[in-house]
Amino acid sequence: MKKTTLYDVIAPVMIGPSSSHTAGAVRLGLLARNIYKNVPKKVIFKLYNSYAHTGKGHGTEKGLLAGVLGLKVDDRQIKDIFNSDIAKSIEYEFEYCDNFKYHPNAVDMTFIGEDSQMFISGESVGAGEIAIRQINDFTVKLTGKYNTVLIVYKDMPGMLSQVTSTMQYHNINIASLFCDRNAKGKQASMVISVDGELTPEIISTIEEIPNVYFVSYIEKLEN
Amino acid sequence: METNINTFEQLKNECIERGKEIYEVAQENMALNSDLKIEQVRAHANRSLFAMKEAIQVGLVSKELSMSGMCGQDCFRIQERFKKHPALFGGTFEKILKYALATSEENIRMGRIVACPTAGSCGILPAAMLSVAEDCDCSIEAQLDALITAGEIGRIVAAKVALAGAVAGCQAECGVASSMAAAAVCQLRGGTIDQILNASALALKNILGLTCDPVAGLVEVPCVKRNPFLAVHAITAVELALAGVESKIPFDEVVDAMEQTGAMMSPTLKESSQAGLATTKTGLEVQKRVFG
Repeated sequence: MKKTTLYDVIAPVMIGPSSSHTAGAVRLGLLARNIYKNVPKKVIFKLYNSYAHTGKGHGTEKGLLAGVLGLKVDDRQIKDIFNSDIAKSIEYEFEYCDNFKYHPNAVDMTFIGEDSQMFISGESVGAGEIAIRQINDFTVKLTGKYNTVLIVYKDMPGMLSQVTSTMQYHNINIASLFCDRNAKGKQASMVISVDGELTPEIISTIEEIPNVYFVSYIEKLEN
Repeated sequence: METNINTFEQLKNECIERGKEIYEVAQENMALNSDLKIEQVRAHANRSLFAMKEAIQVGLVSKELSMSGMCGQDCFRIQERFKKHPALFGGTFEKILKYALATSEENIRMGRIVACPTAGSCGILPAAMLSVAEDCDCSIEAQLDALITAGEIGRIVAAKVALAGAVAGCQAECGVASSMAAAAVCQLRGGTIDQILNASALALKNILGLTCDPVAGLVEVPCVKRNPFLAVHAITAVELALAGVESKIPFDEVVDAMEQTGAMMSPTLKESSQAGLATTKTGLEVQKRVFG
């Protein structure tokens, strides 16, 4: 069951007009920014279904771009983001399509850097709540509510226990855990949300575990 | 002590067991479940309270139209009217209509509002709560108590039904906002736990079945004007509850009925703009004009 808190119903303070189409869009952009970490050269947004059809009237494109540029959901600059100076720092493009397999309010974001590219897919699931469902080839579930670590590693026995025992050693409580793999024995991914924060020391300990390929610490979104 | 409350029956029992009011139980549980201090929970609520007041102040003096050009000047109109012709039901009633329109019009011109519970329903709770708070000289602390009470009502409803027009229609957005507003105002007026829950249940019960059929898929028609209607609706519920009128159907069961009604509601009437007001002759003309 979806856990709703007080904050979800008497907040957020946000730029209108729609929690799913405006604030949700900003938060998707913000969380994608936290995942990608660097400033992209260009971002391609592919809007699906309701996002594609009614996005314009709700400022969905403005919200997505503002989020990627680091603006919070209550920032008054969102309204005129296309004409603002900060929007001149990157290139951006919007595409629109229908695909019934996608959530009604879904977006694919392709971050293009100097020598790297990252694909991030997410949904605005209602009342400003969001979920990132895919990062590159991996199925994930990120809501932005907790500090989260994404770990890509070789699919083999004992990986989970090595990571969780590191957390236990540092007295970190795990709020949720999600694993996926491409194929048996190939690349696998873990998404672990925690209470509190993971220090750089904990992150580097995880990075040093043999057969861990990649670790990314994704900070939660502010309310 | 139960910190995982998902029904109104549990909430009431917990209030009785702890000897506390709804807002006290709500803020204690929020603090415990999120590793926060109660002062932090209240500070967060205070940010929302401040933003609600700011949205009203900005909205009262703006005449800027929405992106579609359909809405944005009704708050101005009603203020002009009240200058010459005071409302039948007095100053507080005038404020409720003005504040609800001011807030929901700020929303559709991409101004800053508080989603409570959603953006489309953002004018209902602030209008009812702050009009009464001003006219009854309620302190900021009392306003925070009321806001947190409303939040707990919305939270428990949301534990069962997603508060989204696409899931359960407008009953789950403006309907729940009105139910939350009733709780807030009942708290401000010194209502007991039973009276608060009855006020909320009555407000929700009497708006069951409300569809979400926005013209051109925008949060404008009928959403903006629905806000003042449902803010007033909340006050009716409060006056009945304070008089001892009870909801014969317990609040939890009203929420069950809302969930069932939402599930049975045609998808064409749930934020998809495929029926109802959205597909009237004029609704379709507007859609064509706005999106081509």
